[in-house]
Amino acid sequence: MNQYQESVYLQGHIIDSLVLAKVLDLILMMGGTFDLEDVHIGKTREEPSRARIRIQTGSRPLLDDILKAIQPHGASIEREANCRIDQAPADGVLPDGFYATTHLPTQIRLNGRWLDVDRIEMDLAIVVSETGSSAHAMPMGEVRRGDQIVIGREGVRVIPLQRPQERDVFGFMESQVSAERPHSHIIADIATRMRQLRERHRHGQTDSKVLLAGGPAIIHAGGREPLTWLIEQRFIHIVFCGNALAAHDMEADLFGTSLGYGLSAGRAVPHGHELHLRTINRIRSIGSIEAAVTSGMIKQGIMAACVKKGVPVVMSGTIRDDGPLPGVITDSVRAQSAMRALIPGVGLALLVASTLHSVATGNLLPATIPTVCVDVNPSVPTKLADRGSFQAVGLVMDAASFLSELARVLGRST
Amino acid sequence: MSRLLVCPPDYFGIEYEINPWMRLTNRVDHGRAVRQWHELVHVLEKNLGAVLERMTPIPELPDLVFTANAGVVVGRTAVVSRFRYPERQREEAHFENWFRGHGYEVMTVEADLYFEGAGDLLGFPEYWFGGYRQRSDIRVFPVLSEHFHREIIPLELVDSRFYHLDTCFCPLSGGDLLYFPAAFDTYGQAAIAERVPDKQRLTVPEDEALKFACNAVCVGKHVVLPVGCPSTQAWLRRRGYETHPVQLDEFMRSGGSAKCLTLALD
Repeated sequence: MNQYQESVYLQGHIIDSLVLAKVLDLILMMGGTFDLEDVHIGKTREEPSRARIRIQTGSRPLLDDILKAIQPHGASIEREANCRIDQAPADGVLPDGFYATTHLPTQIRLNGRWLDVDRIEMDLAIVVSETGSSAHAMPMGEVRRGDQIVIGREGVRVIPLQRPQERDVFGFMESQVSAERPHSHIIADIATRMRQLRERHRHGQTDSKVLLAGGPAIIHAGGREPLTWLIEQRFIHIVFCGNALAAHDMEADLFGTSLGYGLSAGRAVPHGHELHLRTINRIRSIGSIEAAVTSGMIKQGIMAACVKKGVPVVMSGTIRDDGPLPGVITDSVRAQSAMRALIPGVGLALLVASTLHSVATGNLLPATIPTVCVDVNPSVPTKLADRGSFQAVGLVMDAASFLSELARVLGRST
Repeated sequence: MSRLLVCPPDYFGIEYEINPWMRLTNRVDHGRAVRQWHELVHVLEKNLGAVLERMTPIPELPDLVFTANAGVVVGRTAVVSRFRYPERQREEAHFENWFRGHGYEVMTVEADLYFEGAGDLLGFPEYWFGGYRQRSDIRVFPVLSEHFHREIIPLELVDSRFYHLDTCFCPLSGGDLLYFPAAFDTYGQAAIAERVPDKQRLTVPEDEALKFACNAVCVGKHVVLPVGCPSTQAWLRRRGYETHPVQLDEFMRSGGSAKCLTLALD
């Protein structure tokens, strides 16, 4: 988190003397920013005024310099308590009163200093390292007996998201979802981000990965080819899906169908309902999707592109899966953890045509990551937007139309 | 009737350097200093009709003569100073004893807050100004403001030659003000201009400010100020004040003049 902050109090006759104005000017002139909180203006000339100022900077030394410069003008650092810590009583069990995280940037105060909580995610606990030098969010199930867990709310602060610098669709700090909004400019903005991220990813820069979580409707609706192209062109760097997307993608490669429907003719082929089972069976017989692609059994499509381009795929199983395909993680706690492990480094998330995977992925994402949710069912983007991220964009539209338009804007010839 | 606290200059001299005026090499003519002090006292008593309370001077406390820094007196309460420099901290107990011995209720501020008395806190009957940064700590003003139910407008002192507010800022009895704007930053200048109308404010020229024209004592319509400040005197006369210039250059070697040598008691 590229942000350091401290709250200070200023009191007395700070308005007419312009001491408040001077302190705020000093903060800005030195390169910091501030939020004025709890300003109380004296009702009479005799009554003093007071203000609480939250100062933010991009570096610790700058914050220290600003604090040093404004202290002679009466700004006193808010006396804040350290966070309280208790030990986990058993494996997988948190101490009573544990602090439950939000998906917003969070800091804890330890030994008088604010410390960023790494890998922030909603609904987790905060574990402090043995040395007290770092802290990260941790799911309940991964807690081990004796882990140092933050309890209560004292000494914990959540930092509201800043308005993004970019003036694109993610910069409006709103999370509207409407089927009536025009889509083309939104897709154009997403494409611009993806172009920038691909450049940054090429140069090994941080937070430059694009994550796609998708459902099988991508294949049924005709989004397979544009998505394959996006992966081949290195616009997408991580894929989350289930058994079905992978199975139908490879069914299309082997049989030209998706759940038994001919993708080009659009008609059900004889005994077509068996074809995804035959696909899964062939992959099981060869051992893995990777083996199927490298042996040439699977030549094209989303899975083939992922294998060829080294894009990691996490396939999470569900209770109604056929097969499943080798590589599908059927233990949902393990699947969650495999997905979580790939979140660091993500700079944009596309959640397309899957309630299950979209919500699961959305829950793993910090609020700072721009997120696009595309679904024909408005309730899915609405559910994601309701998480309170300023940078969530919901598009009520068909997956294939979205992916085709996105690929077209990014240069795919149709 | 005005009562002022003074301290005879028996032990006055320059024994350390804690402001840009003080130079150990700049020796005080002690006999001359004593004569100048008696002249000041004479003017205050005879011309202004002030009643003077004389403190007993103490050896090795050369600046005890600057009683403006003893504290501030509001009614029967005396807020005793906490000096920034150790050299003057030794005066605190003597000032405190004097106040107690004369029936004042003594108030002290937190030990870690510096406050140099009427040197940095002065104003009009309804509201006061507090000089900070050089000697007093701005955080002392909200405490005093709350205690005395009086507005205190803090003013940052930005020129070390004008290290106390009373060296560059002098409110007068008729709501008029002598001040040297360059001793304040633009925020302070704006805050002063907002409170005191143009025609009641004299911008003291720099040469007179450096003679401590603003370190004047005002009792009723009489103003005692250092000699060599003709523009200030002319303006004061136009505003209806009678002026009484006094030669105090021996005390200027220590960075003080008429006002620094007195403390208004009530």
